[in-house]
Amino acid sequence: MSSNTPLLDVSGLTKHFPVKGGFPIRRTIGAVQAVDGLDFQVAEGESLGLVGESGCGKSTTGRLITRLMEPTDGKISYRGQDITHATRKQLAPVRSEIQMIFQDPYASLNPRQTVGKIIAGPMEINEINPAGGREKRVRELLEIVGLNPEHYNRFPHEFSGGQRQRIGVARALALQPKLIVADEPVSALDVSIQAQVVNLLQKVQRDLGIAFVFIAHDLAVVRHFSQRVAVMYLGKIVEIADRDDLYGNPRHPYTRALLSAVPEATVEETPARERIRLQGDVPSPINPPSGCRFRTRCWKATEKCASEAPPLVQVEGNKAGHLTACHYPETAETVPAPRLAKDSEPAA
Amino acid sequence: MSTPFLSVRDLRVHFSTEDGVVKAVDGLSFDLEKGRTLGIVGESGSGKSVTNMAILGLHDPRNTTIDGAIVLEDKELITATEREMEQLRGNKMSMIFQDALASLSPYHTIGAQIGETYRKHTGVSKKEARARAVEMLRRVGIPQPDVRVDDYPHQFSGGMRQRAMIAMALVCDPELLIADEPTTALDVTVQAQIMDLLKDLQQEFGTAIIFITHDLGVIADVADDVLVMYGGRCVERGSKKEVLRAPRHPYTLGLLSSMPSLDGPVDVPLSPIPGSPPSLLNPPPGCRFHPRCAFADKVSGGLCSTERPALEVVDGRGSACHLTDEQKREWFADFAAARTN
Amino acid sequence: MFRFLVRRTLGAAVILLIISAIVFVLFYAAPRDPARIACGKVCTPETLALVRKNLGIDHSLPLQYWEWLKGLFVGRDYSSYGYCHAPCLGYSFQNREPVLSTILDRFPTTISLAIGSSVVFLVFGIGTGMLAAVKQGKALDKVASSASLIASSMQIYVVGVFATYLLVDQWQVLDRASYTPFTDNPAQWAQGLLVPWLVLSLIWTANYTRMTRSQMVESLSEDYVRTARAKGLSRRTVFFRFAWRGAMGPIVTIFGLDLGTLLGGAIITESTFSLQGLGMLSVKAVSTNDLPILLGVILVAAGAIVLFNIIVDSVYALIDPRVRLA
Repeated sequence: MSSNTPLLDVSGLTKHFPVKGGFPIRRTIGAVQAVDGLDFQVAEGESLGLVGESGCGKSTTGRLITRLMEPTDGKISYRGQDITHATRKQLAPVRSEIQMIFQDPYASLNPRQTVGKIIAGPMEINEINPAGGREKRVRELLEIVGLNPEHYNRFPHEFSGGQRQRIGVARALALQPKLIVADEPVSALDVSIQAQVVNLLQKVQRDLGIAFVFIAHDLAVVRHFSQRVAVMYLGKIVEIADRDDLYGNPRHPYTRALLSAVPEATVEETPARERIRLQGDVPSPINPPSGCRFRTRCWKATEKCASEAPPLVQVEGNKAGHLTACHYPETAETVPAPRLAKDSEPAA
Repeated sequence: MSTPFLSVRDLRVHFSTEDGVVKAVDGLSFDLEKGRTLGIVGESGSGKSVTNMAILGLHDPRNTTIDGAIVLEDKELITATEREMEQLRGNKMSMIFQDALASLSPYHTIGAQIGETYRKHTGVSKKEARARAVEMLRRVGIPQPDVRVDDYPHQFSGGMRQRAMIAMALVCDPELLIADEPTTALDVTVQAQIMDLLKDLQQEFGTAIIFITHDLGVIADVADDVLVMYGGRCVERGSKKEVLRAPRHPYTLGLLSSMPSLDGPVDVPLSPIPGSPPSLLNPPPGCRFHPRCAFADKVSGGLCSTERPALEVVDGRGSACHLTDEQKREWFADFAAARTN
Repeated sequence: MFRFLVRRTLGAAVILLIISAIVFVLFYAAPRDPARIACGKVCTPETLALVRKNLGIDHSLPLQYWEWLKGLFVGRDYSSYGYCHAPCLGYSFQNREPVLSTILDRFPTTISLAIGSSVVFLVFGIGTGMLAAVKQGKALDKVASSASLIASSMQIYVVGVFATYLLVDQWQVLDRASYTPFTDNPAQWAQGLLVPWLVLSLIWTANYTRMTRSQMVESLSEDYVRTARAKGLSRRTVFFRFAWRGAMGPIVTIFGLDLGTLLGGAIITESTFSLQGLGMLSVKAVSTNDLPILLGVILVAAGAIVLFNIIVDSVYALIDPRVRLA
């Protein structure tokens, strides 16, 4: 990182959706605490992974960062500039630098527009005329994302799911962004296609130096793509660390349980990763549990967990930058060593 | 040799559409024994769901032609009458679906839906059916089953709905359970619960399970045997261990190498399979995988694009590929090595 | 449910209030002065003022509206006609009859027309629609679909005249349209209304056929219908207990709104068959600038629509447990 200012600095980010009710006059009687006090930074060219189960607030976070939603509280700074409540006009120059890629490659492209028009869209809106014209730029972009530049005049329905997601990537790249928020960009794709798109995004990140906030529920994909990973549970970050620390030395019980639940395509006589089975489902974000939100499903929970919300801090034994929000973090002894490569034997 | 519990022979399911005939399943054979779990893996359009809808006889006969043989114990299912099939469905064989919210009726309580199946096949009273529903909900781990039995599906969480769905499928102690991507819509922690539940129930009742999924990780967890489908055909079969450790078809190999893992190398790109799954309206000639196959041009005489490779099965192990065993040993090892480095 | 009803009733009252105010304003914005018309050919300013006072329109617009509104709840004293009890809708400018009794007099005709034709078009429309859905793509479906398309493009004043000519005049199989109160003679009531019922329902039947068919086709492709089949339930059970249940909601909704509209008076049908219902009354009120009658009819019509809206929402909640009334 060249300067000390991170590209994106989020502090205390909160989004509550009001719940209406009451009688005889309807009023706000509660709130869905979708995102509740997030702190994180994204450095230039870095990829931060946001993982968690449905309802943990990861998608809402993505929408807040891109200012598709208005935060209830907290602060979002982009390159030192406070954009939390920036107006449309103030936001305009920033908008072109922060782009988004969506999950559903079928729904996020206008079926009545040609691919050329879709990709040129952001340039038109921001009145940007690149040297050599927009069409030339679109062709370049198509080339970058691995599509035939001659397919400029085709419509989205003429492409397969994976190709459509490439179009989405090309559109996001049109304005030469500094930050891309990718919300489950590969989860709607077939397994064999997922890898194509992940590789493309990785190439884009490296070659063009674009920072990513990569939102996904698939822990293996996030591990492959992101240098730093934040695990979310019920609107809060429970653990954030460098990739190797998070996957190799998870300190939060939830992170550990999540990792142990991922089914892996390997066959072993004795499973290297012990299994932790969480009971029940994620509680409702309308009335989240007091104190630590994970306590209702945690095997270590005590009364302290119910009364006191654990802060997100560097717990004993962690490297700098590895923060965990837990009163009783896992210790090295309780965490099995990461499985070695020898477990997945080469094919006979 | 005794006859298998379920035997599917040369199954062909074709749909007539406005654009032509879709050959969704094109010559599929497999056997399944009681107490075993067969995992069927494939991407969208591979024909895995179509196969299982055919076993239950749920395809619309107006636009579907089904050929081949499906024999459950000694009953031929393709030629069975609708009435006979109704007796079997939900009773001797049942099915659970991916999206439990959409698959359960929003207009009836969970208890009514479970009890309805039971009443249909046993003719007991409403009261007994309700008691049975409570018992089933308890068995699949729903807390306070005697209260929740009167809830509607939308009042259940995602994981509980899938449990209710399983309770409904198992209410008549079926001998064959078809699970069509039952955990795909669920979070990993809940997915793990559901897979454990299915394994426990199978142990208890000796049910034969067909588990359809696109996720090889899920297969590794639940299946005994694996059948890999591509473009409406089986490309590889074998025990879970054989298929996952030593794949014999380039497609299986490609699937395995394209998956990111929790402990593999991170600084190298993944190895995707190029291209997209084939159109079933105009499938490629010869081996349907050949346009995407890294080895197709290494087979002499362009065999891959002209001749359909036969699936030869010895002791439940086989693959449909023109490569020789020798070639596979040599070339696949590189792939596997690249994956584990 | 109770909270919902209270809230919705309050909302309905507000809506009716706004509607009546709008009609009031629009009517006075019109160039014709009702007092002028009532005053007759020889009209001195003194007489005109007197007429205005008698008609109750001798104040400013807001004050007049207030008087009218007050009359609705506490009654009103008219100098020339005497006291009008609450709910007072005033007197007709035209024939000096109380508005309320005029409307009550006409309402049974409209109700009979609406209910009778509803029964016909619901039975035939939903029945044909279901059959078409079962025989999707087959000949029956195609015939039903095209027939309903033709029927829904028909006009009542054409079909009505034609039907009267053939069925009544030529073949003499049915009676000429007329209204006999149900309480007087139920048989004659039905006989007299049969032709209007059939003609009015022809077009509606077509709409309901198409709606039922498309709803059924959609709901037959739902996942839960497939599950029901996978449970071993027969096609018949699945069709009625699952698919129809899903299709019912939208149909009930549309029907509620349609019935509300019909109760406001089927103007064209009533004119075609010369039935003296609310529709005819409102036509006459408009052409004679009879504000009190017009206001009354519009309030009844709007009230019917608002009422059926509430009923529809309540029924929907009964059909679909996912709907929570709030």
